[in-house]
Amino acid sequence: MNELKAYLKRPLSLLLRVAVTAAAILTVVVLIFLILYILINGIPYMKPSLFALEYNSENVSVVPSIISTLYLVGLSLLLAVPFGIGCAIYLTEYAKPTSRFVRVIRVTTETLSGIPSIIYGLFGMIFFVTALHFGYSILAGALTAAIMILPLIIRTTEEAIKSVPDLYREASYGLGAGKLRTIFRVVLPSAMPGILSGIILAIGRVIGETAALLYTAGTVAKIPDGLFSGGRTLALHMYVLSGEGLHMGEAFATGIILLALVVLVNFATGRIVKRFTAKGLQ
Amino acid sequence: MKRKVLEKGMKVLFLLMATVSILSVLLICIFMLISGVPAIREIGLFDFLLGSKWSPSGNAYGIFPMIVGSVYVTGGAILVGVPVGLLTAIFLARFCPRKIYRPVKTFVDILAGIPSIVYGFFGMTLLVPLVRTYFGGNGNSILTASLLLGLMILPTIISITESSLRAVPESYYEGALALGATRERAVMTTVFPAAKSGIMAGIVLGIGRAIGETMAVIMVVGNQARLPSSILDGVRTLTTNIVLEMGYAEGLHREALIATGLVLFVFILLINLCFSLLNRRKEHE
Repeated sequence: MNELKAYLKRPLSLLLRVAVTAAAILTVVVLIFLILYILINGIPYMKPSLFALEYNSENVSVVPSIISTLYLVGLSLLLAVPFGIGCAIYLTEYAKPTSRFVRVIRVTTETLSGIPSIIYGLFGMIFFVTALHFGYSILAGALTAAIMILPLIIRTTEEAIKSVPDLYREASYGLGAGKLRTIFRVVLPSAMPGILSGIILAIGRVIGETAALLYTAGTVAKIPDGLFSGGRTLALHMYVLSGEGLHMGEAFATGIILLALVVLVNFATGRIVKRFTAKGLQ
Repeated sequence: MKRKVLEKGMKVLFLLMATVSILSVLLICIFMLISGVPAIREIGLFDFLLGSKWSPSGNAYGIFPMIVGSVYVTGGAILVGVPVGLLTAIFLARFCPRKIYRPVKTFVDILAGIPSIVYGFFGMTLLVPLVRTYFGGNGNSILTASLLLGLMILPTIISITESSLRAVPESYYEGALALGATRERAVMTTVFPAAKSGIMAGIVLGIGRAIGETMAVIMVVGNQARLPSSILDGVRTLTTNIVLEMGYAEGLHREALIATGLVLFVFILLINLCFSLLNRRKEHE
C-alpha cells in the first residue's frame, strides 16, 4: 500500500514499472499465442496418413523428411563435432591466449557465427554442389550445415573446458599422466555436460534450418538412399508445402513436429546445464 | 619415445583442426568473390548497386530496390523489436519476481529456438490477413515483415541486454538508491547507461539477424522488385531475391544473384565489425 503511494508521487517510475512488466507479458503472450495457433491448426491433420512410409502428393507424408532430417543432423554432427572439439582443445590447452593465431581463430569463428544461413546456402551451392559436383545431396547439405554449426560447438566446448578447474589438471599431472591423457581422461569428461549442451543446441539449429539447405540438400521428398542422394528436411518440407498452398493443414502439422523438437532441445539443454551446475557446486 | 611422438602428433592434429574455421571463412570469401565479381564487372558496379530495375528477362540487373527493401524491413524490425526487447530485459534483470524468472527465461529461450520457417508460416497465415484487414493493402508488406522480424530478433536483444545489465556492478544501483532514487530511476539513470555498449552490441546483432533472415521474410514481404512508396507496399529484400530466383537462374542471371549474396555478405561483415568493436569497448569498461 505504501509502495503504491510512493509510486503515485513519482509517475515516471510508475510508468517505467508498468512498461517493463507489459513488455515481458507481451513477449510471453505472443509466444504462447504462436504455439497455440500452430497447435490448434495442426492437430486435426496429425493423421496416420501423414506418417505413411511412402510420400505421395495425396498424403504428403513427413516420414521421408524425418529420416532425411536424421541423416542430415547425424552427418553434420559427425563432421563438425570432432573439428569443433579439436579446435577448442587447441585454443584452451595448447595455444597461448594472446597469440596472433588464437586471435585470428577468434575473429573467424565470430565471423562464421554472424553469417546468415542464406550465405551458407549460396556458398554450399557454389562449392559443394557445383564445384565439387556433389549435386543436391545429403552430403552437400551436411557439409554446409557442419560449417554453420562449427562456431557454436567451438564456443560452447571452449567455455566448458575453461570451467574445468586447473586443480584437476595438476592432480592428473601429479599422478604422472601426460598432457594428452589428462585431456582425454580428466578435462574432456569433466567438460562433457557443457559440450553436450552445445551439441544439442547445434542439433536444434540444423533441424530448423531452411535457407542453407534449400539449394544444397534439395527438396526431393523421398527417403535418401545414399550420401549423394538429395532429401528434404522437415523445415524444408514445411516450406515446400506452404509454397504449394494445397496442404496448409499438413504444413501446420509439420510445424507442430518442429516446435516439439525445439521444446525437446530446450528441455534437454536445461537438464544438462542444471546437472552441470549442480556438479560444479560440489 | 612412442608417447612423445603421440603427444606431438596430437598437438599438430588439434592445431590442424583449429585451422578449419579459418579455412572455411577463406573458402566462403574466395568462392563468393570469384562467383560474384564477374557479374558485377559485366553489369557495372554502379548499375548493379544503384540501378532501380531488376528484370532478368530484360537484361536489367539493378539491386537498389532490394537494398532499400532490406534496409526498410530491418529498420522496421528494430523499431518493433528493440523497445519491447529492452524493456523485457530490464524486467528480467531487475524487476522479475524470483518465482516466475525461470519460466519467462525458458519462454525466451524457446522463442530463440523456433525455426524461421515456423515464424514465416505464422506470419503468412495470421499476420498477413490481419494487416490486410486493419491497415489495407494486400497484407504482404514492409509492415508485416517488420512485425514478424521484430518478434524474431526479440530473444537476441533480450538475452544480450539482460546479461549486460547483470554485468553492471551492484554498487551503482545501490548508490543511486542511497541517494534517494526510486528503484526504477536507479535502473534507468545508473544501470542502463553503464550497460550501454553491451546493449548496443545486442542491437547490432539483432540488425544482423534481421538483415540476413530469409525464409520468414519471403513468406510475408510480397517480393515485388520495386521501390516501395509506403510501408503497406510489398518489397523484395537481398536475401529473398536469391531464394526466389536461384532455382531456375542461369548464366549472368545466376551470377547476378550470387553477386546479390556478395553485397549482403559485405553488409554482414560490416555489421560484424561494429559488433566486435562494441564488444571490445565493453571489455574495456
